Amino acid sequence: MEILLSIGIGALVATGTWLLLRERSFSVILGLTLLSYAANLLIFAGGRLGSDDPPLALPGQEAPADPLPQALVLTAIVIGFGMTAYLVALALRAKAETGTDQVDGREDRP
Amino acid sequence: MIHLLLLPVLVPLVAAILMLALHRRGPALARGVGLASMALVALVAVLLVLRTEGGAVWTVALGDWPAPFGIVLVADRLSVTMVAVTAAVALPALLAACDGTDLRGRHFHPFFQLQVAGLNGAFLTGDLFNLFVFFEVLLIASYGLLVHGGGAARMRAGLHYVVLNLAGSTLFLVALALVYGTLGTLNLADLARRLLLIPAEDLALVRTAFGLMLVVFVLKAAILPLSFWLPHAYAAASPPVAALFAVMTKVGLYALLRVLVTGLAASPVTAGLLSPWLTPLAIATVVVATLGVLAATRLSTVVANLVLLSTGMLAAALAEGSAALIAAAMYYLPHTTLVTAAFFLLAGHIAEGRGEVGDQLTRGPRMPAAPWLGAAYLVLGVAVTGLPPLSGFLGKVMLLTAAPASMAGYAMWITFILSGFVGALVLARSASTLFWEPVAADGPPAPAGPPLRRNLGLLLALAFVPMLVLGAGPLSAHARATAEQLLARQPYLDAVLPPDAEVARERRP
Repeated sequence: MEILLSIGIGALVATGTWLLLRERSFSVILGLTLLSYAANLLIFAGGRLGSDDPPLALPGQEAPADPLPQALVLTAIVIGFGMTAYLVALALRAKAETGTDQVDGREDRP
Repeated sequence: MIHLLLLPVLVPLVAAILMLALHRRGPALARGVGLASMALVALVAVLLVLRTEGGAVWTVALGDWPAPFGIVLVADRLSVTMVAVTAAVALPALLAACDGTDLRGRHFHPFFQLQVAGLNGAFLTGDLFNLFVFFEVLLIASYGLLVHGGGAARMRAGLHYVVLNLAGSTLFLVALALVYGTLGTLNLADLARRLLLIPAEDLALVRTAFGLMLVVFVLKAAILPLSFWLPHAYAAASPPVAALFAVMTKVGLYALLRVLVTGLAASPVTAGLLSPWLTPLAIATVVVATLGVLAATRLSTVVANLVLLSTGMLAAALAEGSAALIAAAMYYLPHTTLVTAAFFLLAGHIAEGRGEVGDQLTRGPRMPAAPWLGAAYLVLGVAVTGLPPLSGFLGKVMLLTAAPASMAGYAMWITFILSGFVGALVLARSASTLFWEPVAADGPPAPAGPPLRRNLGLLLALAFVPMLVLGAGPLSAHARATAEQLLARQPYLDAVLPPDAEVARERRP
């Protein structure tokens, strides 16, 4: 489980970083989205992974799952979603203003 | 009275919601609500400064959930000073924006209020995740404000700024996940205690986590090598927005100082995490900003590089970390924030008076009301470059007398004095181009001089300059007390979490 999760996070970070460094704003946005997925999974893993921990502290039960990372990750998802939506709108507006979706707003090559 | 501490965040938040609900009623209402809200925030900031002047650290647990599980707001001298500086910059900036800048796009006023709410929240919170949330609040608002007014240059600068800050936010989240995963808490006071008793196998992870977090703060504060976004973004923003942004780099410096001193100072785990790097990088920031001032072709780019310059100077002072240097920085910080904010407003007036040429440093048409703008330029130029007799000189003297007798101290002497000289040179050359070498207007005549009502923001910002000089005695005493309280650490930690409090912990599998 731990191995699977860490490989998944690593793959997301690698792909996200590669996309972030690309030239077109669409790839950059995708890269940021993947990076934020990786960060969210990492927060989730911060509360330790367990397969059958109950979500609530019911009577007689020993150790429920840590609720705080779930609250944190929910906040982070909401913020990340809003930010991505804004970035998409901004990139579209920038394309309308500058006529290109190159991140610096200029086409160097024909 | 306990809710006084919440007001710097709540008042702008409520004002923003009101504006959004009533935005069909026209701009007059939004302006009225916005100015009333900023005036109220300024009043609350003064009350907070008076309330914490005695040295008490004041905490409010939101929803009465006890720390470290609930979120606490903490007011000590450092926090309330920053809140007061924010209010002192926001009020003139908003007054200046009401001259019509706010009508060049939609929803200027709600964004402005949300930005202030985010800034105040970031200064007052005692919890790292909450700090992240308030960072996001102020960043979302700043994204909107930066592109306010539109145009290709703003869109390009905006896209870069947003992408860079989103990447920074992701790094911040990764750091928070690692901190929570290893220490099991995100409350700053609790974290400072837990750092003393972490198991050996977590050492590397904890160092990595705080290293990442400090990188994020360095990005927000715009210290080299993460500083190249600043001149680009600030010069593209409209003048009142750039004036408000003058506070935003200070949030990064504040967070750096707060986490380094209050959170990490006593722990051997994080010793030396930043100290070998920060001083050289801060000095290098000063050098690069000085070169940027020399190379700038627009007045607003000059001012943006001056903001960067002051950030480098403050970061060098904080990196050395002695009480005297932090005290000097706490006097220099309000000065530089207020003066650069006023300078952005002045650059806006100059650009407006010169019509199509704008604030480019080339010969242009004669400005209406040039003598008055020239007088304001002289005052601000003297203050910002640190010439006597204004506050920049006093601040620089305090910084340099407190500089240690080491390589770092000598580097501070050389770079601070040379950068002041270069700044004075560039501003003098620009003044002669802007004010003394007008060309005969062959294009359309420049618009008529702005009436006094439209200069209120600049006038209010200028009024702070003599106050900083005349009040230098009490202000520097306050700055010293701030530095002492910050470095003592214990009052802050004990106010958030009583030393004998038993904290129940999550059980970790």
